[in-house]
Amino acid sequence: MINHIKCDKLKGIVVNEEISYTLIRNEENNLNIVKAENLTFEYIRRDEEGNVESINKAIDNVNIDIKEGDFVAVLGHNGSGKSTFAKHLNALVSPTEGSVWVDRMNTLEHENTLRIRQTAGMVFQNPDNQIICTLVDEEVGFGPENIGVPEDEIWERVEKSLKAVGMYDFRLANPTKLSGGQKQRVAIAGIVAMKPKCIVLDEPTAMLDPNGRKEVIEVLHELNKKENVTIILITHYMEEVIDADEVYVMNEGKLVMQGKPRDIFSQVEKLKELRLDVPQVTELAHELRKEGLDIKEGILTTKELITELERIRGLKNVNNSR
Amino acid sequence: MIRDITIGQYYQTNSVIHSLDPRVKLMGTLIFIISLFLGMNILVYIVATLALAGLIIASKVPFKFIVRGLKAILILILISAAFNLFLTPGTVIFKVWKITITDRGLKTAIFMVIRLVYLIMGSSLMTLTTTPNNLTDGLEKGLSFLKYIKVPVHEIAMMMSIALRFIPILIDETDKIMRAQQARGADFETGNFIKRAKAMVPILVPLFISAFRRADDLAMAMEARCYHGSNGRTKMKPLKYSKKDYLAYLILILYLGICISLNIIF
Repeated sequence: MINHIKCDKLKGIVVNEEISYTLIRNEENNLNIVKAENLTFEYIRRDEEGNVESINKAIDNVNIDIKEGDFVAVLGHNGSGKSTFAKHLNALVSPTEGSVWVDRMNTLEHENTLRIRQTAGMVFQNPDNQIICTLVDEEVGFGPENIGVPEDEIWERVEKSLKAVGMYDFRLANPTKLSGGQKQRVAIAGIVAMKPKCIVLDEPTAMLDPNGRKEVIEVLHELNKKENVTIILITHYMEEVIDADEVYVMNEGKLVMQGKPRDIFSQVEKLKELRLDVPQVTELAHELRKEGLDIKEGILTTKELITELERIRGLKNVNNSR
Repeated sequence: MIRDITIGQYYQTNSVIHSLDPRVKLMGTLIFIISLFLGMNILVYIVATLALAGLIIASKVPFKFIVRGLKAILILILISAAFNLFLTPGTVIFKVWKITITDRGLKTAIFMVIRLVYLIMGSSLMTLTTTPNNLTDGLEKGLSFLKYIKVPVHEIAMMMSIALRFIPILIDETDKIMRAQQARGADFETGNFIKRAKAMVPILVPLFISAFRRADDLAMAMEARCYHGSNGRTKMKPLKYSKKDYLAYLILILYLGICISLNIIF
């Protein structure tokens, strides 16, 4: 599954703004940082003789456009193809059909690979399996080292990105001794140090406790607002999706829903059909509505529900006093 | 508890020896070993003893840590001493039944013991004063000339440092698997040696599977961060010689010179 980069092809490539790359330009979509067109990906299982045993379509004809600077969430239950989609954005897998452009670079072109990985950094699910070094500062410096950043600048970037995720005080710690949330923040800093335009996170909070989850999501929103980094968050925790700019829902490889969080969560029944949970408050509001209360659809926060309930109580009081 | 174990046997103090470049320390260990095997000259050994004592004092590492490594090879030392003692021909100075001890045998045995003991103490001193990562870096840079004969030095060093990083994680994992199996009635404590060894097999299988899964994940994470071997790679903390490293090299050359000349003259 791992793409092998041809080393001789990359010889001498030092990532440098001046070097021109073969960019596949897509004039209509200049603003979009990520664009997937008719993307299809198949996992082919073969038996011992190499005959095809079964074909599993992990992604089925997906079209997605993601605007630069957005906070985007991709939802789906296990096996919906959302992780495979994430790997496409980092050129870790190549599409079976269709194409993916990251910052106008086609992921199929080998000479773009390094550049794409620098543009769209990726954070994985298991914090232990993506930490390479034994010191936090070395870990954050690993990415910049690989793309050939000079020594002084690496230190600068490490300091800046560790401060951005609030882990600067831990720079001399051993990553194995940190908590899950802290580890993921270090992993995010490691990506930020490569100065990406876009960060793809593949279920970064799945193995964390609620506190760690909150830490990570807060850091992501901060990066999105302060540094204008596009965030693509792949998750199945609904609470993390509420503040996103755009939500995509995937099911069995297909893109089934797309829209603002409020629009998505107002369709509670449809989400349930897709075996996805809605946030507790939204579900409560939905149930109350089913029981006949006049609550509006798409309640996302406790505060909204309280205002809504108070509004209704106010109406009732008015009715009673009449 | 189990994850607190230290890898290698690094002992942190703020001594001069600790702050030396790992390449100097590697070269120093090599020169020290060479000096021990130059010949059986009592004067060389006196110089070596003084040098070792000086280094141990300068390193501020407690003496018991340095001799700790000897325990593991105690049997080896005894066997080689016995072979040398009883099987070397020469003038017989002691004889009981078929066992004879010769003067030359006694001399080689004593020197052999001293050699092995110093060898272990010298290399322990190096590993005690150098972090494993520093050591890998030193090996990578120090052996980088091997690149020209197509030895993948960088890749080997990378593998070593990743292996070091994953030791505590895999220990943790072993612990978890053992407890999970004990909870279901597995017995690792009773029975003879063979029975206990057999009980370990059900631990190894899941451990290997998870290690491979981790390796796959890690490879992907490294690729995602643009890792593509040593081509065009810069270093965040490159090894640089400072004044004291050059001074240390000078002392090393001086030491080797003294040992060789003592051997030739006497």
